Amino acid sequence: MTSSSAAVSVPRLESKERVTQARVALSEWTKFVSLRSTLWSLGVGILLTILFPILFALVTETHWAHMSAHDRANRHPLDIALAGVNIAQLAIAVLGVLVITGEYSTGMIRSTLIAVPKRLPVLWAKIAVYATVSFVLLVPSVIIAFFASQEILAGHHILQISFSAPGVARAVIGGAVYVTLVGIFALGIGAILRNTAGGIATFVGIFFVIPPLMDVLPTSWNNAISQYLPSNAGRQLFALNHGAHTLTPLAGGLLMVAYCAAVVAVAAVLLVRRDA
Amino acid sequence: MIEANGLTKDYGEKRAVSDVSFTVRDGIVTGFLGPNGSGKSTTMRLILGLDAPTAGDVQVDGKHYRDHAAPLHEVGALLEARSVHTGRSAYNHLRALAQTHGIPGSRVDEMIDLVGLREVARKRAGQFSLGMGQRLGIAAALLGDPATVILDEPVNGLDPEGVHWIRNLLKRLAGEGRTVFVSSHLMSEMALTADHLIVIGRGRLLADMSVEEFVRKASGERVLARSPQATRLRELVLGPQVSVTSSEPEVLEVDGLTAQQIGEIAASNAIVLHELTPLKASLEEAFMEMTRDEVEYKSRDDEPEELAA
Repeated sequence: MTSSSAAVSVPRLESKERVTQARVALSEWTKFVSLRSTLWSLGVGILLTILFPILFALVTETHWAHMSAHDRANRHPLDIALAGVNIAQLAIAVLGVLVITGEYSTGMIRSTLIAVPKRLPVLWAKIAVYATVSFVLLVPSVIIAFFASQEILAGHHILQISFSAPGVARAVIGGAVYVTLVGIFALGIGAILRNTAGGIATFVGIFFVIPPLMDVLPTSWNNAISQYLPSNAGRQLFALNHGAHTLTPLAGGLLMVAYCAAVVAVAAVLLVRRDA
Repeated sequence: MIEANGLTKDYGEKRAVSDVSFTVRDGIVTGFLGPNGSGKSTTMRLILGLDAPTAGDVQVDGKHYRDHAAPLHEVGALLEARSVHTGRSAYNHLRALAQTHGIPGSRVDEMIDLVGLREVARKRAGQFSLGMGQRLGIAAALLGDPATVILDEPVNGLDPEGVHWIRNLLKRLAGEGRTVFVSSHLMSEMALTADHLIVIGRGRLLADMSVEEFVRKASGERVLARSPQATRLRELVLGPQVSVTSSEPEVLEVDGLTAQQIGEIAASNAIVLHELTPLKASLEEAFMEMTRDEVEYKSRDDEPEELAA
């Protein structure tokens, strides 16, 4: 903390460039990787995606001999391989909320919006950086989880499934797509609410509380409505089998994308209109 | 140059800034003075486009801040409120801001050296003292080599050496031809740095004038006259625009005439004068006088500067 009092002069800047979307994206990348908490949450999410299926496979492998025929029939190799997705989505969602609400809780948002007063490039950049990082890390994670769990279950013919079998590759990659979309959805919720606790609670409400609540409805209503919930629609991306009351992977995936687009659109309008 | 025109901002029922118009010129330090809660920070937020005005308009160099293609080169700002992620290092904070404008990393290092944060640049900003935080904010403000510098209470939390450093910096920035707009609730601070003053109280513009003019206006034309014939002199100077008070038998305080006028009156009436002194109110007194009725929270220094937006 030493500074010469006498010779204060601000050096001139040689070239003065303008704000571009690419530059804002680079800035958001720097922000993303320069927070220890962010990297930790992301690392935990990715580790869970890989380790949980391995654990699941090991338990199945060691208990197979004692399992009832009913339990054995319920064990599907793809469910085991993608067991981590259900847990990873929570970690990725929490981080998605934090990517934006962390700026509001610390006041960083003021610095951000002074640098980029048009505001929208910041939202696009945050989504692009977060979705890209998540997807790039999740794709190898689900593939590793798939082959690792298959390797562990190699002794059980009935639990073997080929990556090239119909729908399997789509379901495995679909798991990564689903979690990435969940991250975008959560980021949008965070941008709308600007509050970490509120953002996480809202996400949990939509994805984990409302779906089981639908069971109180008459079956016909439940069947008609539940498939259109974001969680149930999105899940079809990594489900192998589809029932009478579930959407196809394509329809479910597109609906999930539409939900994300709607949330992000609301976030964008509010970001521009509201006082920071 | 900053031009505000009828600037008004309501937060719910409360009017934080009310029909304020002013111009902040290049090449001088313009002090933005007002008691706590008078609307200084809100006005600065409006200039920077963080908040949208309820009515009126404010532009920087002929454009709304938001419409500048490279805003950090136009305006560098230090806000009073914390504006740094506590988990990020000073270096990465500045680097992220610099990257939005393609400002090279060497510039970030340069600014870190300028404000004297070299040794702590890799530490998380959450561990910074108030003074270090201010220095980081100033580094961020100067990052883009801006034509206009807006600083909200920049000496807050700085040690005496830091305060001195800021004063020199402000003068230097203005000397380089930049527009310098700096707020304070301390008149004494402004007296040392500012050339021009914009005074607000309760969101309303109270004064927009040079520092000298401010003092002259606020102190009026009071003159102390000491004379053995004080009673006679009193009768001679009294008039519709002139009032006289007296604290001692031979001493008069005349309000409304210059020392020159009183001296001439005394001479033409053969009155002996022992002393004739123009009285200047201190800046602090002038400021207190002006804002007496406008202080939002009397004797409550702990009130927040602004409503939480």
